[in-house]
Amino acid sequence: MSNDKKKNLPPQAQEYQAFQSRREVKRPILKNCIKAFLVGGFICLIGQCITTFYIYYFNFTEQTAGNPTTATLIFLTMLLTGFGVYDRIGQFAGAGSAVPVTGFGNAVISAAIEHKTEGFILGIGGSMFKVAGPVITYGVFSAFIVALIKTILIKWGGF
Amino acid sequence: MIFFWAFVIGGLICVIGQIMFDVFKLSPAHTLTTLVVAGAILDGLGLYEPLIDFAGAGATVPITSFGNSLVHGAMQEAEKHGLIGVITGMFEVTSSGISAAIIFGVIGALIFKPKG
Repeated sequence: MSNDKKKNLPPQAQEYQAFQSRREVKRPILKNCIKAFLVGGFICLIGQCITTFYIYYFNFTEQTAGNPTTATLIFLTMLLTGFGVYDRIGQFAGAGSAVPVTGFGNAVISAAIEHKTEGFILGIGGSMFKVAGPVITYGVFSAFIVALIKTILIKWGGF
Repeated sequence: MIFFWAFVIGGLICVIGQIMFDVFKLSPAHTLTTLVVAGAILDGLGLYEPLIDFAGAGATVPITSFGNSLVHGAMQEAEKHGLIGVITGMFEVTSSGISAAIIFGVIGALIFKPKG
């Protein structure tokens, strides 16, 4: 909580804030980073193996092999999420399993499975992108701004 | 060698995400959104493509590449059709991530039962 907000609180609440931040369990940042590094790196290593496989056996180039790799990884994520394994990996790895595209897949797929009971249209269809939606929204919006600026610079800026 | 760099670079991007979790106390959705926007900006500056050449899947598997390929698709179309291409080409390159997530999401929901 920011300092401005703290000043407006009654004294008891301020005391409680201080107490709470003293008692809060310190996160083992270094340990978490190492775990994230190992698991995230391992997922990218698997991705690299799949990419190499597509390049050698299906005539993809290095530029285009990213797409089938993503699809394959998300397929594997579906299996791992469905059997409840991905959650375990996530608890261990933190960002290591959330940042790769498999984390994006897991967010979509687990939301779809979880909201199944609410029906096919409003449950699966409506809740699927509850967590992953902002990623797409702001990804597209920021990509639009970046591409717009770049296009204008190239067309009329003479770069 | 590309396998080694894929591991290292992919791992490092995840460490950045972990630092955003732990040090800045951002939620996963905030972290992923920030990383996607960062990927888009990096590609706008022309820095992401060399990273892909260098690290292969280490750069294409993390979510940052999603922002990168959005900009890439938009720029490809923009070269052909001008400004309107920025909108029409947005999903040209990155279609597989989103379509795979939707397709396998629905299939997964049909096959598996929710736990707990």
